[in-house]
Amino acid sequence: MEYHEKTPIMDARKYKLGDVVYVTGELVLARDEAHKKLLEEGSPVDLKGAVVYHCGPVITKRNGEWKVVAAGPTTSIRMEIFEDKFIEKFRPAMIVGKGGMGERTLKALKEYGAVYAAYTGGCGALAAERIKGVKEVHFLEELGIPEAVWVFNVEEFGPLVVTMDAHGNSYYDNVDEEAKKNLDALLNKIESES
Amino acid sequence: MIDEIVEAIRRAETELAEDTVQALKKAYEKETNEMARTQLKAIIENFTVARKGSLPMCQDTGLQTFFIDMGYDFPYRAQLKDAITEAVRRATKEVPLRPNAVHPFLHKNSEDNTGRFVPYIHWELREGDDAIIHVIPKGGGSENMSGLYMLSPGVGIKGIKKTVIEHIFKSGGYPCPPTIIGVGIGGGADLALTLAKKAAILRPVPSRHEEEFVAQLEDELYEMANKLGIGPMGLGGDTTVLDVHVEYAHRHPATLPLGIVTQCWANRKRKVLIDANGHVEVV
Repeated sequence: MEYHEKTPIMDARKYKLGDVVYVTGELVLARDEAHKKLLEEGSPVDLKGAVVYHCGPVITKRNGEWKVVAAGPTTSIRMEIFEDKFIEKFRPAMIVGKGGMGERTLKALKEYGAVYAAYTGGCGALAAERIKGVKEVHFLEELGIPEAVWVFNVEEFGPLVVTMDAHGNSYYDNVDEEAKKNLDALLNKIESES
Repeated sequence: MIDEIVEAIRRAETELAEDTVQALKKAYEKETNEMARTQLKAIIENFTVARKGSLPMCQDTGLQTFFIDMGYDFPYRAQLKDAITEAVRRATKEVPLRPNAVHPFLHKNSEDNTGRFVPYIHWELREGDDAIIHVIPKGGGSENMSGLYMLSPGVGIKGIKKTVIEHIFKSGGYPCPPTIIGVGIGGGADLALTLAKKAAILRPVPSRHEEEFVAQLEDELYEMANKLGIGPMGLGGDTTVLDVHVEYAHRHPATLPLGIVTQCWANRKRKVLIDANGHVEVV
């Protein structure tokens, strides 16, 4: 299925593994330090039904206006130590990043009806093209540009592929299992060569 | 020559090299997995948008790295290091690049992509009076998926094949596949990795080694890697690697070093050619 959604998203349980989502509305950036900060101090942004993006963007200021230059996803597994508590506390609908996350996050997604979606790694220019402006930024002085909590206005931001759903399923488990089988077959084949 | 080096960095960062563009388009045509097609399509759209808008194709604009292939009699050799460092500072502001040089003890970012030993410059000398500067900024995600294996010589080519395939399996989606794998065999630990990096980045995609038995190993590794089913971004599919390049050196009788360097799909590379008369060209 392909979805074109407006934020906030209040019914994330409907998504299945492999669904492709394009988001219009607000995108909230949070990576390592921002997760820590928001958990400690609370969020200045309402995150209920929000799309939270693991991203450290390149942003410049020209004539007093922010310009998003590149904003592809960062590796999500680093946020595994925070994400379950983050989901419990703020109830976002969708976590977006690359590479997938672990068991703790999968459990929290199920419990609170959220999903994890993958955005294609390295696609910083495509992402920037779909970001129409900076709505607000928090903790900029303290955390710096790549780590601050940015709120972007986005149009048709995607393709976001649902890879962990709200029912305890992870697409990564399927791919890993299949790849492991293929690996074993290849190693056997190499071993049998003369 | 500073202007031309800045220009080479800008083009490396914003215009994906043509060989890799063609390899990705071909992979998209051939790919049978729907999920993989979504990913390849996004990658193709991304480098098209980057080229059009002269924007970095990835927000990780890499560690600024330069391989210099220089004649013994190149008259401007004394100016190269300073010119490259100055070009990196300017490119950081002008392209712009993400500041990616951090002090490992003080955690302080230099903000201009320069610092102790960076930009990293690798020098090689040969006959002649010209120089080629390979401009090859490389992202952190794929560099994290490098590997050095000091194998027992007794495991032979079989052991090398197994280790490379297992390495690609273990890397999964983390280095942003489809990747280009560079394999360096022999020499010492450092040479094996240097050969691997040169093989991954400096050689065209696709290309085969001039020696038949090395070319055959490249074919085998390429086919096996794409049978793993890891796919673009580790989401499954036929396209895990765009190519595998192998280079080798003679080894010590007691050692079999195997270096593996992974280059993400954002294969950023340009060359600055400088002749003895000071004529400079970016290709």
